[in-house]
Amino acid sequence: MNIHEYQAKAVFRKYGVAVPVGAVAFSVDEAVKVAEQFGGRAVVKAQIHAGGRGKAGGVKLAKSLEEVRQYATELLGKTLVTHQTGPEGKVVQRLLVESLTDIQKEYYVGVVIDRATGCVTMMASEEGGMEIEEVAAKSPEKIFRETVDPAVGLKAFQARKLAYAIHIPSDLTKQATQFMMALYKTFVDNDCSVAEINPLVVTKGGEVLALDAKLNFDSNALYRHKDILEMRDLAEEDAREVEASKYDLSYIALHGNIGCMVNGAGLAMATMDTIKYYGGEPANFLDVGGGATEEKVTEAFKIILSDDGVKGILVNIFGGIMKCDVIANGVVAAARQVGLTRPLVVRLEGTNVDLGKQILKESGLSIVPADSLAEAAQKIVELVK
Amino acid sequence: MSILVDKNTRVITQGISGKTGLFHTQQAIEYGTNMVAGVTPGKGGTVIEGVPVFNTVEEAVRETAANASVIYVPPAGAAEAIMEAAEAGVELVICITEGIPVLDMVQVKRYLEGRNTRLIGPNCPGVITPNQCKIGIMPGYIHKPGHVGVVSRSGTLTYEAVYQLTTQGIGQTTAVGIGGDPVNGTNFVDVLRMFNEDPETEAVIMIGEIGGTAEEDAAAYVKEYMKKPVAGFIAGRSAPPGKRMGHAGAIISGGKGTAVEKVAAMEAAGIKVAPTHSEMGSTLVAMLKERGLLEKCRS
Repeated sequence: MNIHEYQAKAVFRKYGVAVPVGAVAFSVDEAVKVAEQFGGRAVVKAQIHAGGRGKAGGVKLAKSLEEVRQYATELLGKTLVTHQTGPEGKVVQRLLVESLTDIQKEYYVGVVIDRATGCVTMMASEEGGMEIEEVAAKSPEKIFRETVDPAVGLKAFQARKLAYAIHIPSDLTKQATQFMMALYKTFVDNDCSVAEINPLVVTKGGEVLALDAKLNFDSNALYRHKDILEMRDLAEEDAREVEASKYDLSYIALHGNIGCMVNGAGLAMATMDTIKYYGGEPANFLDVGGGATEEKVTEAFKIILSDDGVKGILVNIFGGIMKCDVIANGVVAAARQVGLTRPLVVRLEGTNVDLGKQILKESGLSIVPADSLAEAAQKIVELVK
Repeated sequence: MSILVDKNTRVITQGISGKTGLFHTQQAIEYGTNMVAGVTPGKGGTVIEGVPVFNTVEEAVRETAANASVIYVPPAGAAEAIMEAAEAGVELVICITEGIPVLDMVQVKRYLEGRNTRLIGPNCPGVITPNQCKIGIMPGYIHKPGHVGVVSRSGTLTYEAVYQLTTQGIGQTTAVGIGGDPVNGTNFVDVLRMFNEDPETEAVIMIGEIGGTAEEDAAAYVKEYMKKPVAGFIAGRSAPPGKRMGHAGAIISGGKGTAVEKVAAMEAAGIKVAPTHSEMGSTLVAMLKERGLLEKCRS
């Protein structure tokens, strides 16, 4: 789960990770009111769940209250298109208004879970403001890492090593160390999956500050973080993905025209791949889970069909413990209930497959059966042309 | 022969009184797995499906000499369940549970260091040695004893691969689901090494997916050490970056973990990668033919 920058900064404040003075604004008047606290010298930042806001014109530096008013008016309601939003962009509904910071130098610091070691890793770089992937590609020697032993957590000497490695001014080493220790604590206490500060800045006044803040959370751990869950902004998420999550369906919206319904995440990916292999474009990833019960299949159909871009549906189910005849009955009942009008190709494999195919055939519905996924994919690609 | 489990494996179910634990314990018994005990705190002294239930894993191991455990405990308690099994000295722990917080798994991994316990999973279908021992949620009947090892990050794709082999008359030594989580107990390299050393295994199918670098590590191992033919498949060629494709570990992040990179690494190591998952079986069959192993694998 993602949260906004201003929310991440609120979490940081609680843990003693230093951030600039500022507050969220939902309207132009609110934005001006916040900026009054620091005399109008403010930065006005669009709050959307995507990076690259600066380049897309979502971050404005104001020298007066009039400018704050002007920028806030400009940004609120605007659709920002960044390299992370996709071509449709995201509408700005919240602003973060902060006191302008006099920057001496920019750095990068991030915390992730390193899959290779199975440990939390803190990364730091002198190349602040640049995307870390870009730094990793161009000059990997400029990224320094400290792997954290989960038995003892991040130790001060590790944070110190990072601070020295990225050449934080030596009189600020202690401050930077405390900053990193607090960042690590934020990460583990809240079950983060990513904590990224880009840039981390040293100010002319000798402060170490998180100028930007990105926090992502492990969705498997949200059950123990009610306060974090409350920060979820559904407006930032795909409506169908939100709906699917209510029924414990794993759905991801894509841009094609062939809706997919599959049991199992790996098989669902493989199904999308096969559609693409035969020249089609999948409209979604959808895993109905190992069970693939009638209720879940019905909800899945409804969600797929709510996408007007979907011109046809491919159902691909491997019936293991849940037998093919049971699944076929579920598919037929669900198709009847939602009143299917778009082409539907079904590929069943596994236990009682013949019985399952017979049920589909005798249903009276115009379901196109397929023996293999290759055949199913070719059929649906043809049907949506 | 086989790897990890066989007819002598003595299995306990942790979370036996839950719906999932109970159902799959019944299925395992039906398949012929040597289920010796169950564990649910508070249910000690009862008997479920003819299996004695204990309050703690330690007690269950002491009373039944169990050497393997399967975990169906819900996510919030699953990491602890793994540690409890390890502390009790269980050699093989298979965790089926999906949805364990990843920082819990970071703790578990550290806890297992220096202990004599191998963890398979979490978020996996389990391990099966056909006609001997089924531990997990896979449909038993699609398997057939034989000479091909299967290792996979995905449940249903494992079933697809096994089914494609079985319908072509090719049996399996053991099928291992290593799970779809970013931090897990056993990786491709560990399982490939076991198959490499297993005299009964003649060839291997390895099924990976986007995210992480486990497939690249496996490719490096195969290139250097593998004596047996390996066919492969990677799911997620069409997956967009930055999106979690169902499995917690199936995500392309920071441009890393793409299918293209994985397929390239595997092919460079001599692994034949099936273009679609329907061709996993036929890709392996072609390799077996080439090496004159087909007859043996069909026997």
